[in-house]
Amino acid sequence: MNRITNCFKKIKNEKRKALVVFITAGDPDLEETKSILDIIDDSGADIIELGVPFSDPLADGPIIQAASLRSLKSGTTLKKIISLVQEIRKTRDLPIVLMTSFNPVFVYGEQQFVEDAVFVGVDGVIIPDLPPEEAAEFSVYAEKKGLDVIHLLAPTSPDERIRMIAKKGRGFIYYISLTGTTGVRVQLAEGLGDKVASIKQSSDIPVLIGFGISNPDLAREATKFSDGVIVGSAVVKLIESNSDPIQRNKKLAEFISSIKQAISDPC
Amino acid sequence: MDDNTKSMELPDAQGHFGPFGGKYVIETLMPALDSLERLYEEVHNDPKFQSDLKYYLKEYVGRPTPLFFAERLTKHLGGAKIYLKREDLNHTGAHKINNTIGSALLALRMGKKRVIAETGAGQHGVATATAAALFGLKCDVFMGEEDIKRQALNVFRMKLLGAKVIAVTAGTRTLKDATSEAIREWITSVETTHYIIGSVVGPHPYPMIVRNFQRVIGDEVSEQIMEIEKRLPNLCVACVGGGSNAMGLFYPFVQNEKIRLVGVEAAGFGIETGKHGATLSHGSTGVLHGMMSYLLHDDDGQVQEAHSISAGLDYPGVGCEHSYLKLTGRAEYESITDEEALEGFKLLSHKEGIIPALETAHAIAHVAKIAPKMNKKEIIVVCLSGRGDKDVNQIADRMEMGL
Ligand SMILES: Cc1ncc(COP(=O)(O)O)c(C=O)c1O
Repeated sequence: MNRITNCFKKIKNEKRKALVVFITAGDPDLEETKSILDIIDDSGADIIELGVPFSDPLADGPIIQAASLRSLKSGTTLKKIISLVQEIRKTRDLPIVLMTSFNPVFVYGEQQFVEDAVFVGVDGVIIPDLPPEEAAEFSVYAEKKGLDVIHLLAPTSPDERIRMIAKKGRGFIYYISLTGTTGVRVQLAEGLGDKVASIKQSSDIPVLIGFGISNPDLAREATKFSDGVIVGSAVVKLIESNSDPIQRNKKLAEFISSIKQAISDPC
Repeated sequence: MDDNTKSMELPDAQGHFGPFGGKYVIETLMPALDSLERLYEEVHNDPKFQSDLKYYLKEYVGRPTPLFFAERLTKHLGGAKIYLKREDLNHTGAHKINNTIGSALLALRMGKKRVIAETGAGQHGVATATAAALFGLKCDVFMGEEDIKRQALNVFRMKLLGAKVIAVTAGTRTLKDATSEAIREWITSVETTHYIIGSVVGPHPYPMIVRNFQRVIGDEVSEQIMEIEKRLPNLCVACVGGGSNAMGLFYPFVQNEKIRLVGVEAAGFGIETGKHGATLSHGSTGVLHGMMSYLLHDDDGQVQEAHSISAGLDYPGVGCEHSYLKLTGRAEYESITDEEALEGFKLLSHKEGIIPALETAHAIAHVAKIAPKMNKKEIIVVCLSGRGDKDVNQIADRMEMGL
């Protein structure tokens, strides 16, 4: 049984949009990540995206770069993140997706990674620097073991790539809302609606929008033409600027609930 | 077809050199890489593009560069005959401009009005800024804060040439993070900007394109040495940072197995200290900056800091074709410490009146080690990749003589 597919089935039945929340695992440390995950789940997130820290995260802007660094300083490794998921699974059942640069997975061993991830209850993986052209073997193995390889599309993707990637994608399509790195933005990119509409025509799986979705208004706007949003940098920034865990958890709950509220208006 | 003939035909259509190379980048950049690949294929066989390139290399860069017999150095070392391929005599003082002229012409073909580059030693930054000025392109160069300090002369040159130098304060503050930041900028501006990578690194088709723009080094050597010595060299030596001057020298000789190819990496403070840039000698396979290649990284896949006295060799990655040449055994890779490089720097200055770049000094230092062990009839060609003006202040500080 696939948690991601089930989750989207449920969301569709409820006629609402999906909320995916990204945090960097191990920021500020893995113990805190556990309590942050509880708050995120309880505040109404549908899917958790756990970022694996990397020394050179090329697709990330300053906020998530800094989180990656804090996480590495606190001793986080991919192995420890996989153990963390095993811990979380004792109490939580929402879909968990790992977002990671390819090198940590490559060094871990691609097959070993897939096996361990599936064993502890990871449902999907997003590897931004592993495009379908390089992912063939990995994807076959992941599919065999039941790990969804979630692919990305971008504003620069031409039609033929949209068709190719829509076919290969599993779980959902991650549409990068803008030509740029992750970060907090104040408005949506021009032409976003048209692009997402054309992707939805090619895709049987949900299309979610990420990168730059940083407040309830943008989230509401983005869900007008997509199946949901991924909120990352805004959450990571909130974690960064609240060192007191109690205060932080309170603000996290408020922020995530406010996004959830914004995208839950009947549509 | 034997292995070495085959390797002349690499990369394959997907940009792989055996297990290395490829395109490990975010989707946003994939379409730009695809169109660069198509454009390059087009111009590669286009006589107009090739004649433009030839014109600028001859009349502007000053090619062909001499192949100079280093007679006093040869005598001093008492072994093989040593020839210097004088890339330091190119306009701007290093081999980097062979690539930037070609790449700027590509940018013009694409109708892109802005170029960006990363730089370590500043030579690639200067060469990019120069080509941008020549062709009227806007130019931004990413450079680590640490390198801005140690290569101040080149920072000033870039500014004089009208380029903007953007200080990178993240991570190591050297070439690795300058490259990361340039890639991030390219992700943001890919529709209007061409990224000119400074070595045979990055996602396909960059390693192939840069190699092909740099092979002029080896092609000229091949002709020149036949004319002077009526035969080919026994050994080619070049320093390896990303590996572009080495690939440029090696590539035309890859098929001829009688010719030994030796790349010289930075051993920094010494391999045993862990502070070095000897990626091929002491790294393992990994993915950084868009390609699969040898890499200095830990067992969690985190990239490690490199160290070298020379900013241009201070990099934890290396060109994917070198990884392939190492894997097949066609080329060998050695390393030289900071201290040894300084000796090489002084040696060439004293014996030949040529002050080499600190990067190049690594190749010289290696030649000083092996030439005495070779037969007097044997011939070594060493790529004198750049001149040392940029390093004089740094070395003066170190020698505590002040300038
Ligand atoms: C003079 C000189 N030689 C060598 C290098 C190293 O680059 P590569 O290995 O690509 O030739 C540099 C890089 O900055 C350089 O300036």
